[in-house]
Amino acid sequence: MNASALTAWELFCRRGDRLLFGGVDLWLDQGDALHLVGPNGIGKTSLLRMLAGFIKPYATGLPSPPAGSVGIIHWAGSFGLLNEKPALDEHLPLGQALAFWQAIDQRNSVDLDRLGLGRLLDVPVRYLSTGQRKRAAMARLLGQNADHWLLDEPLNGLDTDGVALIETLIDEQRANGGAVIVASHQPIQLRDAKTLNLADYRL
Amino acid sequence: MTVFLALLRRDLAQLLLGGRRGGAVLPVLFFLAVAMLYPFAVGPDAPVLARTGGGVIWVAALLAAILPLDRLIEPDLELGMFDQWALRGISEEMLITVRMLAHWLSFGPPLMLAALPASALVGIDGETLWLVELGLLAGTPGLAALGVLVAAITAGLRGGAALGGLLAIPLAVPLLVFGAGSLAVGGEAGLGLTAAFSLVLLAITPFAAGAAIRSGRG
Repeated sequence: MNASALTAWELFCRRGDRLLFGGVDLWLDQGDALHLVGPNGIGKTSLLRMLAGFIKPYATGLPSPPAGSVGIIHWAGSFGLLNEKPALDEHLPLGQALAFWQAIDQRNSVDLDRLGLGRLLDVPVRYLSTGQRKRAAMARLLGQNADHWLLDEPLNGLDTDGVALIETLIDEQRANGGAVIVASHQPIQLRDAKTLNLADYRL
Repeated sequence: MTVFLALLRRDLAQLLLGGRRGGAVLPVLFFLAVAMLYPFAVGPDAPVLARTGGGVIWVAALLAAILPLDRLIEPDLELGMFDQWALRGISEEMLITVRMLAHWLSFGPPLMLAALPASALVGIDGETLWLVELGLLAGTPGLAALGVLVAAITAGLRGGAALGGLLAIPLAVPLLVFGAGSLAVGGEAGLGLTAAFSLVLLAITPFAAGAAIRSGRG
């Protein structure tokens, strides 16, 4: 339970010509959870996208470069990302939209009733509410069967049952050895979670 | 392979049937509309129509290929599909290859079919029609690749659809020159050149468009 899941050293982030944050070090063991907080625009989403490999850590031309290596990200195992984009085809019924990812991930179906989606399978994705979309995206994430999770505002639009459900799912994922990073403005109950306030790393 | 087929099935469902976005029918109708308007504009002079008709079919095919540009890449970027594919280790090059194939299937063969009634509308003879069909067979894969390439580069830009059309037209000129040129007397070598240019575009596009999508994440 204490093998490392994610190590990241000296992450700097630049958007446009503005440096957002710098010098972020992360060390997560399997089963760890990290709650990412900070004011709007500080770069929480950017940090998650950086950890997912979509944005390169900014490394050259730093005002005061740290000694040693900069911008190293290393994952042990696969990871999944849940953000504001559900990645489900809007015009398809939910069941078919999820079936596409099931075919890609080649995995047995997830328990959709537990996510409260069982009765929505015939409804086109575009008619789903914000909270229902979040649940559907969660179904996609569960179906991916990734070791670790990056969750960007997973509680947006969810009712109290939904929040409790997400918290339970995170707990289960951690019990299976997954590391979970959650960026959220809403309070979220995570057992023994570390908290990282990105405002401390503002440049 | 399972992944390839799942991707192809989804792309075909989107591009051929189109969901609510029109699918393959709109470009074909547009193509036929141009072929139908041309005799009205030029007048019922049969020799003139027969001499220029093949070229008009080519121009109509090029313009029809540009129509679906804005729904080739952009909607999937908006939905976050490309991000989720990347997390699963599916390369952009493979995604683009699948999309080129699906895009070609959704407009190449339908246009070649529609060229039959179009040839009757502009009054070209059977021999010319045969050359037009061969030229479209050689040229439409290149148009498909070019469409996907331009769509990937302009995805996410404001006014990307209009800009995409403007970018694609000059790049498609060689296809048009060689393809329509093959209709001239002694111009049959143009078919080979059309196919060659198509192959160049097919070879470049997966890498260029893949790089465009990756850098767009920046």
